[in-house]
Amino acid sequence: MSLTTLPLLQQFVLVLAALVLFTSFVLLSQARLVSAIHAFAWQGGLAAAVTTVVAAAGGSTHLYFSALLTFALKAVLIPWMLHRLIRRLELERYVESLRWPALANMAAVVLVIFSYWLVLPMVQQELAFTRNIVAISLAVVLIGLWMMVVRQQAVAQVLGFMSMENGLFLAAVSATAGMPLVVELGVAFDVLVAMVLFGVFFFQIRQSIDSLDVDRLNRLTETAEEEAAGAEFDATPRRSQPTAARPAAMAEGE
Amino acid sequence: MDHLVSASSAAALFQALLYLAAAPLLVGWIRKVKARLQNRRGPALLQPYRDLRKLLAKEVRVAHTASPLFSAAPYIVFVATWMAAATVPLVAVNLPTAAVADIIVLVGLLALARFFLALAGMDVGTAFGGMGASREMLVSSLAEPAMLMAVFTLAMTAHSTNLASVIDFQLSSDFALRPSFLFALGGLILVALAETGRIPVDNPATHLELTMIHEAMLLEYSGRHLALMEWAAQIKLVLYGALIANIFFPWGIAQSFAPAALGLGIAAIAAKLLLLGAALAVGESVLAKMRLFRAPAFLNLALLLALLGLLSHVILEVGA
Repeated sequence: MSLTTLPLLQQFVLVLAALVLFTSFVLLSQARLVSAIHAFAWQGGLAAAVTTVVAAAGGSTHLYFSALLTFALKAVLIPWMLHRLIRRLELERYVESLRWPALANMAAVVLVIFSYWLVLPMVQQELAFTRNIVAISLAVVLIGLWMMVVRQQAVAQVLGFMSMENGLFLAAVSATAGMPLVVELGVAFDVLVAMVLFGVFFFQIRQSIDSLDVDRLNRLTETAEEEAAGAEFDATPRRSQPTAARPAAMAEGE
Repeated sequence: MDHLVSASSAAALFQALLYLAAAPLLVGWIRKVKARLQNRRGPALLQPYRDLRKLLAKEVRVAHTASPLFSAAPYIVFVATWMAAATVPLVAVNLPTAAVADIIVLVGLLALARFFLALAGMDVGTAFGGMGASREMLVSSLAEPAMLMAVFTLAMTAHSTNLASVIDFQLSSDFALRPSFLFALGGLILVALAETGRIPVDNPATHLELTMIHEAMLLEYSGRHLALMEWAAQIKLVLYGALIANIFFPWGIAQSFAPAALGLGIAAIAAKLLLLGAALAVGESVLAKMRLFRAPAFLNLALLLALLGLLSHVILEVGA
């Protein structure tokens, strides 16, 4: 079965799925936090679009509801919450200096190939027209994981985590025509609660180490931190006068 | 049979001459659209022709430190670019030129032209020439793999590296939404912008020392030599435009050598190039030029798009 034998609507699903994979790469290599959140919103919107078109092409009406839920949650609500969060953390202009961006991208390409190799036996079963998307969704999950490994900034890591969830959702839609509604609602609320908890954690982390660079959580002693402050790149603009910054951050957290 | 061969050769010759004739017009059109977008009236559409005529009539001045290579380079660059253009179907497919050269030859001819351009830039020994040459090489060394990768994506779908076969395949198969073509198109557009020295990478309208790439290599040229170099750059722009327009949107191209089909082919490619030129002018008006050190990131994106095209072809389109 090759592409040209599929109806046009099903080809459209494949195009949208490929675009989801592309947004994963954009997310991985986007150094500006605000742009990364926009990329994440696009990914959520595209995942919702994939679900809608799968519903239209496969005639499964219950998928419309999960598409709507995904769009509301992943493309609107969570990006909006993240936006508000980084505005309150004053990280709008924050640009993370990525180490070896080209290398990280190439590793992600390797992950795509690996996930294709992994699902090859499943693809050969010829279950449904969406079977080809399983490899894409696995790749999105792995790239989200990879993003959490290579990024040091806490907000960027949360974006990686959320995009993993997008990949899982896509896998559910493409492999089994969607999960039961109860499960879907449960997952949606889990993600929402996770988002709220992350918000609280951001403030906690910044209060204790005055930065959202999670690599600094590894250092235990005060002296090590002071050494690092002079040498290393830091996250908050007010890092230069830590004594003045601390009360301000606390006031903001409340 | 003889009559058929002569007809196709005549069409090939006509097409090659059309490249020469149309190249300045496309540049004039892009400048005109850009000027209108900036609320200026802009120079006349035919201004690039007048510039070329003026330069061709002028005396050639050669620096006293220049070697013979400096005088030979404009001819080599011009002929190599023109030959490369002749292999890209413009108004008709199945030309004899397509049978002798495929996409890899095309990339090779462009690389030959670039090699001599860079050598000529360094030949006189001025600082700007050397700087421009080194920058050109930086950009092209990153753009070339991306272009080859994008082209291989097409070749894998059409099972041929020959441009005419790729276009024939596109025309004969039913319309299909191919994710791989989408990515290849994106990658090829980025490569074309970098290779033809358009705005996010290079600015064709500037002679500012710190930013110029292509112009820096031409600083020492004058008269006939300069005319040939600029004409070659204009042909290269049409070449990339025709490549993008005819591979991805081949509809309207002539498949026979009947006058009606050729006429339709000319009208179709003219419309496509005018649209592409207008899109380029709009893009150049809204984008700012990047710092040179961000050019590698830009071209990495092109390479990534081309790679994704290749992968999505394997994963999504071939199936088990």
